[in-house]
Amino acid sequence: MATLPHTPDKGDFETAATTKSSTSTRTPKTAPRVRRDKVTSHDSFLNYGNGRWWKIAIVIAVVSFATYFLIDVEPRHNGGSWYGYTMGTIGFALILWLTLLGVRKRAMTPGRWSLKAWTSAHVYLGLSLIVIGTLHTGFQLGWNVHTLAWALMMLVILSGLFGIYVYATLPKALSANRYDEDGAITEKVMIEQMKQLDRQIHDAAQPLDPEAATIVERSLGENVFAGSFWQRARNSYPGDLTRIAMGELRKLRNFRPRTDDDPFERVETLLSKKEALLAKLRRHLQLKSWLQAWLYIHVPATFALIAALSAHVFSVFFYW
Amino acid sequence: MSQIYKVAIIGSGPAGMSAASHAAKLGLNHVLLEKTDHLSDTIYKYQKGKHVMATPNQLILRSDQEFDAGKREDILGKWNDRTKELSVNVKFNAEVKSIKGTGDAIAGSIQKMVARARDGTTTTTELQRMAPPYELTLTSGEKVIAENVILAIGTQGNPNLMRCPGGDLPHVTYQLDDPYVVVDQHITVIGTGDAGIENARGLVEDEVQGNVVTVLNRAQKSTNVRESFATAKEPNAKALVDDDAAGRLTIMYETETKEVEPGWIVLATRDGEERIRCDRIIARIGSAPPRGFVEGCGIEFASQDRLAFPTLSPVFESTAPGIFVIGALAGYPLIKHCMNQGYDAVEFINGNTSLKPADQPLLDAKFAGLPGNRSVEQWLDFLKSNVTILEGMTTLQLREFMLDSDMRAYRKGEVIFEKNDPGSSLFAIADGLVHVQIDPTDKSKIVPIEKGSIFGEVGLISGRRRGATIVAAEDTVCVEISRNAALKLQSQVPTAKKAIERISTERQLLQMFGAGLNPADIKEVVDDAKIMQIKAGDTILREGDDGKEIFVIRVGSMIVEKMVGGKPVFLSYLPAGSYVGEMALIAGGQRTASVRAAVKSEVIKIDGEKFEAVLRTKPALLERARKDMDLRRQTNALIESKKDSISSVVDLWSEQAEFLVAQGLGEATDVLLIDETLCVGCDNCEKACADSHEGLSRLDREAGKTFAHLHVPTSCRHCEHPHCMADCPPNAIHRGPDGEVFINDTCIGCGNCQRNCPYGVIRMDKVPPKKPSLLNWLFFGSGPGPGEPPYKWSKKNMKYTGNPAIDESLDRKKAVKCDMCAGIDGGPACVRACPTGAAIRIAPDEFLTVARLEEESA
Ligand SMILES: Cc1cc2nc3c(=O)[nH]c(=O)nc-3n(C[C@H](O)[C@H](O)[C@H](O)COP(=O)(O)OP(=O)(O)OC[C@H]3O[C@@H](n4cnc5c(N)ncnc54)[C@H](O)[C@@H]3O)c2cc1C
Ligand code: HEM
Ligand code: SF4
Ligand code: SF4
Ligand code: SF4
Repeated sequence: MATLPHTPDKGDFETAATTKSSTSTRTPKTAPRVRRDKVTSHDSFLNYGNGRWWKIAIVIAVVSFATYFLIDVEPRHNGGSWYGYTMGTIGFALILWLTLLGVRKRAMTPGRWSLKAWTSAHVYLGLSLIVIGTLHTGFQLGWNVHTLAWALMMLVILSGLFGIYVYATLPKALSANRYDEDGAITEKVMIEQMKQLDRQIHDAAQPLDPEAATIVERSLGENVFAGSFWQRARNSYPGDLTRIAMGELRKLRNFRPRTDDDPFERVETLLSKKEALLAKLRRHLQLKSWLQAWLYIHVPATFALIAALSAHVFSVFFYW
Repeated sequence: MSQIYKVAIIGSGPAGMSAASHAAKLGLNHVLLEKTDHLSDTIYKYQKGKHVMATPNQLILRSDQEFDAGKREDILGKWNDRTKELSVNVKFNAEVKSIKGTGDAIAGSIQKMVARARDGTTTTTELQRMAPPYELTLTSGEKVIAENVILAIGTQGNPNLMRCPGGDLPHVTYQLDDPYVVVDQHITVIGTGDAGIENARGLVEDEVQGNVVTVLNRAQKSTNVRESFATAKEPNAKALVDDDAAGRLTIMYETETKEVEPGWIVLATRDGEERIRCDRIIARIGSAPPRGFVEGCGIEFASQDRLAFPTLSPVFESTAPGIFVIGALAGYPLIKHCMNQGYDAVEFINGNTSLKPADQPLLDAKFAGLPGNRSVEQWLDFLKSNVTILEGMTTLQLREFMLDSDMRAYRKGEVIFEKNDPGSSLFAIADGLVHVQIDPTDKSKIVPIEKGSIFGEVGLISGRRRGATIVAAEDTVCVEISRNAALKLQSQVPTAKKAIERISTERQLLQMFGAGLNPADIKEVVDDAKIMQIKAGDTILREGDDGKEIFVIRVGSMIVEKMVGGKPVFLSYLPAGSYVGEMALIAGGQRTASVRAAVKSEVIKIDGEKFEAVLRTKPALLERARKDMDLRRQTNALIESKKDSISSVVDLWSEQAEFLVAQGLGEATDVLLIDETLCVGCDNCEKACADSHEGLSRLDREAGKTFAHLHVPTSCRHCEHPHCMADCPPNAIHRGPDGEVFINDTCIGCGNCQRNCPYGVIRMDKVPPKKPSLLNWLFFGSGPGPGEPPYKWSKKNMKYTGNPAIDESLDRKKAVKCDMCAGIDGGPACVRACPTGAAIRIAPDEFLTVARLEEESA
């Protein structure tokens, strides 16, 4: 009996990876069929792998100190001794590797790596540089390019520490701020709602007298992203037009006769709605800028550090 | 009116138009009747510039009209020109409202029609079929007489009509072409789907229109618009609610129409009757499938199932002699199929009996190389006479069925599938014998399944992995039936549905209780078992009730809850394939917990007494059931004991479980969750997803819901029974070997899946151009950087060639969704790219367990 070779069914065994031209992947991939390890619980980058990297970092620090005190360098510890060279080389290599996190984060290559593991290693090995780098100097600091490199390194590390602080404390607040009983509200939706409220306020302001209408009109179309970085980070916006409009309107209202179905009241309700939304959006922007701001020190300082290190190495070898 | 046409064709979609064109070409005396004032209304209504696909590629087009992939406008243009050129006799604005035979009554030919009312009661009417020629009555009152009728009206149907008194008054309308020309009217909009909302908002968009618009909503007012406007898209509903708040229009909740009068409408509200001014009513209350009309013509459907199609002969003739049904209405939703059938049906009417269907080459390929050297026709006969579930099929149905199925030949000893393989197809044994290995550790423990029977039904029904390994015991030939084909089969052939249900119930029980049971032992139990549909949220067992039934979850999932200290506490999650209710049977007493459906589910209800009888004769089974029960009791005891010491943790865990179930975890197989105590909002997950998939992200991190810092972003849940698969014309959505639900390249971009997915995770988009490399960006700043490129950049950098064929395919929008990064080494990119460990992917049955509670309280 002739037998048809058993070819897998298109429906069930074809995958996004094995169809000739799938909707999803540019290059055909023929990875083996591995069941993914599903997760039932998870840990943060700080505890990754049962704290593998902080344990390693502690070992590195202990070994560095031990050798520093056990090894006798004449006349005293300095960057130029063989011990100094060793620590210097390790430190430099480590710094270059730490810098590569920026590349790893953005190069979505296949493979069994996780950015969480990288960040975990980055944080703890980066901290161990305090020991490695400082022992490398042999505590010989002064006003020169060598010490500049050390100082920049410390700046990068301290900014990193600050980063850990905000990563550990702000996410909860960011999350809490975005939600109400109706569920999530995204940044995009907040901006959309703002525009919608502006339209509603504009409509509601039509029956007002010209004076009041101008006040209201002026508060519309405000660009929430316009403020300076400091305003955003401190969430302080003196001269906010919505608030001013509210105030002025309340003032004016005191001079008008009170009526049922007062257009003033409608506008005021809408303005206070907008104010609440604005507060939410600004808090969101504030938290987000804190979560990112430190990177604007961490990363440029990294480049400055690499430049200074190059100068340091160059001067050591050529102008000794 | 005196003339009798040889053939009248109803509906000018691809099917009807192709039929009429061929009739014209052959010089047959014909007429093409079209409801609207243009050809092919369904395609006419596609969005502007839509790229129409010509799938399946292998199928040859056989028609006097041209059709190839291209822009909607070009295709319609060509069809219009060619229709004129062939002098097709088209009658526009000719909606057929009834078809009646004018000949003698056909003896013994009676059509039964079952109408189902909203309250579930049914009424049956009978219709005596009359011989041709047929008299077609148009809505205008005009009549057309024809010997043969080709019915090609598609599946769009007609808008649902208002049924209250006065519903037929002229100011009751069902459509609004241009809301901006309506001014100074009091308008009532009925229906709160997207169409109704868009109409209502259009009518008040400009204040100078001066319209007073009232929207009636039967649902209750709620802060959650998904509840108060269940059938509309969320942004649409929110915008409507905002308009209401801004006073531009009025939404009346919990309100229905009672009566329509000229200039007024009477409403039934919660606080009693109310009469408001009304110059015009726009009712957008959905559309009814054309089934009622079709049945009224004497055409029988295969079953009562919503998905059923008319019963047809191999030449597309329905049960009413001389009326042929083709196209989408006949169950062929692709344009090419439709056009071929138009041609074929006219050939048949013209007396050609030897025409081979156009799908012959496709079927030739399916059966090529199988043992036995049979021709396609012989194979089809062989299958019909040997496979029980295919017996009730007509040859035409079987041909179509085989297009979606595959023939498989296995040598003796070959493994057909392994335990825990994913797979939702059903196998039917055409020839040979297979063995089921019931004990993974002992290959000699087997159960045989004979020729003619089926296997693999568990995957089909529950959407879960294969429960056992199956090996060919002899050289064997099987039909592997894809999930879609199997669902269609069940709706078309009621006997097949019954057979599959019985076999699956029996097997499920045997598999679950194992322990040396054989079919004879549980025959009584199976005979008596009932399959019940359970709505999401409905309770099957209530704590404190008496009762001894056992429920086996066949489809869907359940959650078990118990009142502890006056609060419901979540005890466990039961996926399909598990059972509940055994405690009361084994240990006696009342139900100790409540069980309710997490999603729409199906259970097998087993009579307690009958099952008890089986237990009494099988001590091993009793032993096993006891063990299961003890395990459950331990879990419950643990949770209840914790409840006092760390009540807040238990409450949180319990509420979180409820929340996750509400977010669709009850039908999910794999979900992306974000721990918002760790998420720093860097969106690297989205960027990674885009960068590992053609530049389009398949997840929206920020959107979605959150509870206690656990966020369920908008991203595919890889449902057990994916809703998205339901209605995909080219059958482009499949489940892959890792359980991922993915869309392949045959997608024609119709958007059905996007509409059908309840979680809104599918997007329709075109592939952006390739970006410069990462290093190029890092060092020279070229390109938009990691992640999905901004729309503007893509537009500017799309490599248009000036060749319309290529440019159109560049602009082609297709459905895009998460594929679980199948085939990418290392797994889901979103998870790998998260710097803090906030993003995780989980399977609900592994996540909703006490293990997590213990961890959290540790
Ligand atoms: C958005 C969308 C995109 C799609 N894209 C593709 C694609 O790219 N490729 C593809 O192959 N398929 C596609 N399809 C499927 C395809 O359009 C349909 O399957 C096909 O049009 C069905 O053809 P038909 O002739 O059977 O019916 P239809 O095209 O639905 O035509 C029925 C005609 O009958 C008329 N009619 C209805 N009732 C009456 C009556 N009582 N009297 C007189 N006339 C009547 C209607 O006005 C209509 O013109 C798509 C479907 C949708 C909804
Ligand atoms: C000299 C040592 C260090 C160097 C050169 C360095 C360099 C970098 C670079 C280049 C990035 C990538 C930023 C980006 O592309 O977004 C980065 C990210 C980061 N670094 Fe450092 N770093 C150092 C030390 C540290 C230390 C000591 C810590 C913590 C204590 C730290 C914490 C982080 C964190 C949390 C991130 C962000 C990860 C992310 O969100 O993707 N770094 N670092
Ligand atoms: S696309 Fe939607 S319906 Fe389909 S599997 Fe994913 S979540 Fe389920
Ligand atoms: S995958 Fe979705 S958009 Fe594509 S053809 Fe199927 S249902 Fe239509
Ligand atoms: S699993 Fe892959 S395809 Fe799915 S959302 Fe994550 S990155 Fe995108």
